[in-house]
Amino acid sequence: MSKSVGKSVVRVDAYEKATGRAKYMDDLCDRSALIAKICHSTIAHGFVKSVDTSAAEAIPGVVKVLTCFDVPDLEFPTAGHPWSTDPHHQDVADRKLLNRHVRYYGDEVAVVIAEEEVAAVQALRAIKVEYEELPFVLDAQEAMKDGAPQIQERYPNNLLAHSDLRRGDYETARREPGLIKVEGWYDTPTVQHCHIENHGCFAYEEAGRMVVVSSTQIPHIVRRVVGQALGLPWGKVRIIKPYIGGGFGNKQDALYEPLCAWCSTQVGGRLVKLECSREETFVSNRVRHAIRTHIISYVRPDGTLVARKLEAFSNQGAYASHGHGIVAKGMNAFPQLYPCPNVECDSWTVYTNRPSAGAMRGYGIPQAMFAGESHIDDICKAIGMSPLEFRRKNLMPVGYVDGFSKNELYYDTFNQCIDKALEKLDYRKKFEEYQNQTGPVRRGVGLAVFWYNTAVWPISLESSSCRMVLNQDGSLQFQTGETEIGQGCDTAYSQMVADAVGIPLSDVHVVSTQDTDVTPFGTGAYASRQTYIGGFSIMQTALALRERILAVAHRQTRMPVSNLDLVDGQIVRKSDGRILKSLGDLALESLYSLDDSRHITAETTAQIKSNAYSFGCSFAEVEVDIPMCKVKLLRLVNVHDCGTLINPALAEAQVHGGMSMAIGYGLSEELRFDEKTGKPLNNNLLDYKLSTFMDHPALEVGFVENPEPTSPYGTKALGEPPACSGAPAIRNAVLNATGVAIDSCPITPHVLYRKLKEAGLIEE
Amino acid sequence: MERHNIQYQTVHFNLNGKDVERTVDVRASLTDLLRNDFRMTSVKKGCEVGECGACNVLIDGEAFNSCIYLAVWAEGKRVRTLEGLLGPNGELSDIQQAFVDEAAIQCGFCTPGFLLTAVEILESGKEYTDDELRKLLSGHLCRCTGYENILRAVKKTMYKRLGKELPC
Amino acid sequence: MYDMKALYQAKTVKDAVALRLAHPEAQIIAGGSDVLVQMREGKRAGVELISIQTLDEIRGVSMDEDGTLRIGSLTSFSHITRDPLIQKYIRVLGEAVDQAGGPQIRNIGTIGGNTCNGVTSADSASTLHAWDAVVELTGPQGIRLQPIWEFYLGAGKVDLREGEIQTSILIPKESYENCFGHYIKYAMRNAMDIATLGTSVNVRLSADKQCVERARVAFGVAGPVPLRAGTAEKLASGQPVSLELAEKFAQAVKEDINPRDSWRAAKDFRLHIAVESAKRAFIASVKLAGGAL
Repeated sequence: MSKSVGKSVVRVDAYEKATGRAKYMDDLCDRSALIAKICHSTIAHGFVKSVDTSAAEAIPGVVKVLTCFDVPDLEFPTAGHPWSTDPHHQDVADRKLLNRHVRYYGDEVAVVIAEEEVAAVQALRAIKVEYEELPFVLDAQEAMKDGAPQIQERYPNNLLAHSDLRRGDYETARREPGLIKVEGWYDTPTVQHCHIENHGCFAYEEAGRMVVVSSTQIPHIVRRVVGQALGLPWGKVRIIKPYIGGGFGNKQDALYEPLCAWCSTQVGGRLVKLECSREETFVSNRVRHAIRTHIISYVRPDGTLVARKLEAFSNQGAYASHGHGIVAKGMNAFPQLYPCPNVECDSWTVYTNRPSAGAMRGYGIPQAMFAGESHIDDICKAIGMSPLEFRRKNLMPVGYVDGFSKNELYYDTFNQCIDKALEKLDYRKKFEEYQNQTGPVRRGVGLAVFWYNTAVWPISLESSSCRMVLNQDGSLQFQTGETEIGQGCDTAYSQMVADAVGIPLSDVHVVSTQDTDVTPFGTGAYASRQTYIGGFSIMQTALALRERILAVAHRQTRMPVSNLDLVDGQIVRKSDGRILKSLGDLALESLYSLDDSRHITAETTAQIKSNAYSFGCSFAEVEVDIPMCKVKLLRLVNVHDCGTLINPALAEAQVHGGMSMAIGYGLSEELRFDEKTGKPLNNNLLDYKLSTFMDHPALEVGFVENPEPTSPYGTKALGEPPACSGAPAIRNAVLNATGVAIDSCPITPHVLYRKLKEAGLIEE
Repeated sequence: MERHNIQYQTVHFNLNGKDVERTVDVRASLTDLLRNDFRMTSVKKGCEVGECGACNVLIDGEAFNSCIYLAVWAEGKRVRTLEGLLGPNGELSDIQQAFVDEAAIQCGFCTPGFLLTAVEILESGKEYTDDELRKLLSGHLCRCTGYENILRAVKKTMYKRLGKELPC
Repeated sequence: MYDMKALYQAKTVKDAVALRLAHPEAQIIAGGSDVLVQMREGKRAGVELISIQTLDEIRGVSMDEDGTLRIGSLTSFSHITRDPLIQKYIRVLGEAVDQAGGPQIRNIGTIGGNTCNGVTSADSASTLHAWDAVVELTGPQGIRLQPIWEFYLGAGKVDLREGEIQTSILIPKESYENCFGHYIKYAMRNAMDIATLGTSVNVRLSADKQCVERARVAFGVAGPVPLRAGTAEKLASGQPVSLELAEKFAQAVKEDINPRDSWRAAKDFRLHIAVESAKRAFIASVKLAGGAL
């Protein structure tokens, strides 16, 4: 049997994308669509007193101007989480379609619907909004103070949530004589996903139901949110997801689908398109939580961790979106990655007047790894131990089991990954060589590891459904609620389906579009879950389909099922290996048989009550030009253990993308705000420094393939992990090069200038 | 408020080897013209201010962001889009095939723009170093690939066209 | 679709001048990489435009009879970089504009547009200042020539008078002969960026390469408009070539520059980078001129 899994087969959508024929949201929208454009708040915090729309409405081509005084009085949540039937575990509903209480510079105040774009833009400029301005706060810790501006009425001190974690007795343990105390504060920035296709959608009514075609990662979740926001029964909403130009978590939220759908209802169900500009994408979609982390470690001189404390303050921005889940994930990783008997952790998620933070590739772990892995090197510096040896001594040992998730470290993953990476970089030699340099241009190497898990069990529901429909020629359509957004899951699924059913890869037709009217339920692309979770439902459904196929084969061949097999699209008699007929002949006969016509399909839902650790590391080599305050990244190596690779080439490509994001996080990306007004300063691709082709070295990737025991395919998370450890590896390399420990990212020339000056490496 | 008189102009140009003409609103960008009038889905909108490169087309052999190029300026020009690269029977050109083979495509949104810049590079007939290629391709942003496999695809095709072995 | 009130397309320079007089409120659009972006932002929304984009008569690089280098205002950055005359006589200008934006921007962006914008960060501006460029303006009264530093009136303001368009940038022979220069663009990334600071230095050495005959240095983003650092230039003039001279020259630039604090960069940081860049660009220029340090 020719196996597909494990081969670097070409993407199933490669031809469509290489020719520009793949149709994304805007390619599907009829040119007759009305254009909706949003009037955003130009203050960071306050109340809308009035909106004068008369001048805007007078502009020819303007159909309607709707304001925050017109919207349904319904608050809804937007996070792309599975819904919970338990009210205590439901996402926070804290926004309306348009808001009178505006909570950040860029909040939605009004919307224009016009016949064409220029009229809509002119109308936006003609809208006059009168505000009652309120003080605003951009910093999470400031926002927690008594007397800080109150951003959401139901949350005193702007505290969306707090959680803690305790192991042993930190207070007693830290008093042990002879311990070395290492303390640091680490800051990570607000950054944005920057998928090249901005979010957009179009909506229309058909047969009394609302149809929304959207650039989303989570069609089934968006269906529910649109229903909640508009007060529609969920069955009256249909969401269609075409090809998506990247998401990275931003599109793991209901963004403007509810507003666009509502606009359509306000113009008699006509077709309305709402496309975000790049500027809106930066500010009025979602961003990554900026998190400030305080870590104290008490260490014995031999490198033993005795007691550790962590406090993390997560900047939520104006609306809850994914909320506390992000910082909580990072906090929970803390005592697992470096087990320590005495640990005290607290994390707070705090509303501020910044853009709403939501899911972004890594979901709290890039922040946690920047803080945690920087801190590890700070410990090493304090006790004079090599960062490599310290990690080998203290990292999660083989056999470790997490009490909550029941995740187990089955293999010596960390050491295997580290060994592979350090060999590629010749780390040990360089680390020694780069100590005590003196010139203006110095080199350094650094490493960081990362902790990750797969999917959301046991915090939340994990299930996945899929459907396989056999065609007359023995090929099949495969449909699932899990979404292709660029990462390549459709291709991985095709490979899994081919092997599990027993047909050639070319006979698997994956339906890339999710349409909630047609597609089996699935929650979508997030939590690096899809290959893992999808694997369960594919295996289960394939077995069900095979059972039906073999039952038909039995009727057609009179051979007992126990003596039949389906191999490479052929019905085979096991006892002598003879091919009895092709699956195509079987299917044709089955569909058109005058005495036993059957349509052969299978559809199942798999419940997944497991999770899997997915670990790895980054090694970086940098050159620091001290007088120019610049870091040049010379090399970056990532090594991952994501279990058995389904498609090695696509896996490597995924890692490249994550490394690229980590490079930006470490060195250049930061969405900035004017302290005086709260206005975003650089919400465009020129001023927001996404790394370009010239800002990267060659990206080097390695894998360690330890099959994951809980997965039918031996696979586990890979989508997000590559974004997690690059930034602290770069930071630690800068430390090795200069002796200067930088406690924030990105390490821009501005930051470097201050820090090098403080360290006396730059003269006044 | 009066609806102002929309100014129209007829533009004649060569699109992917074929002479065409269209009467356009002078306010239209070349992106608008190609997407709306010719339904060329390869011309993508990613920023509309010339920062991302997704709308890139070749005009008289040079790469331009069509979002910041007025449609009326196309008068008399030879405009090429990705649609023009495909063979008569749907065959991929060598550079498209290289993008496919090198896994240089993920979400696919930046792909058409990159491919056309790659065409300009390859049609120069010159051999470039990695650093030179990085610079020549630097007018496109990509969030999925880290640019790595795009570089591999362009490099591989460059050497193939030059009749040389790909250096290790 | 741009929010544009009207578009007038000039077919000749004469035509452009007539359109300028007929529509004094209208703004000139050359390549569009700045004007269209600002129109979309709303800064120039609803205005009338005079397009000079198709005026091939002011595109290209040539040499006048007296040896003056003439760069047509509509010459794109990429064409400047590739031009043999530029490569031979003022290579640094080609290198400087080769760092603007990315390749597509360099295909559409013109040197005329870059200078008429009046922005201090323009990648051509510091080099043109450092090489005593002369701006040629054509108006109803004919041609007017103006040194580039007089052309820049203030941030975003240039001396473009009624009915005029900029038609050429001229580099006099005396300015480029035996001169070698180096440009350092200091930016936050290596492509698709605007300069945090632009430093352009050029030198002419004595025949024996031992002495600096003339050194010129200009900065972008060290003030509201690009500016020369005269103190440093005077200090270096006639001095023997040495690393100490490079250091002194670099320190002296602080006398003339005045960068501001903005969210993009702090004043002290820009000053620091200006000194270091001046030193490095001076050393590179001397080496290009055949000097040994």
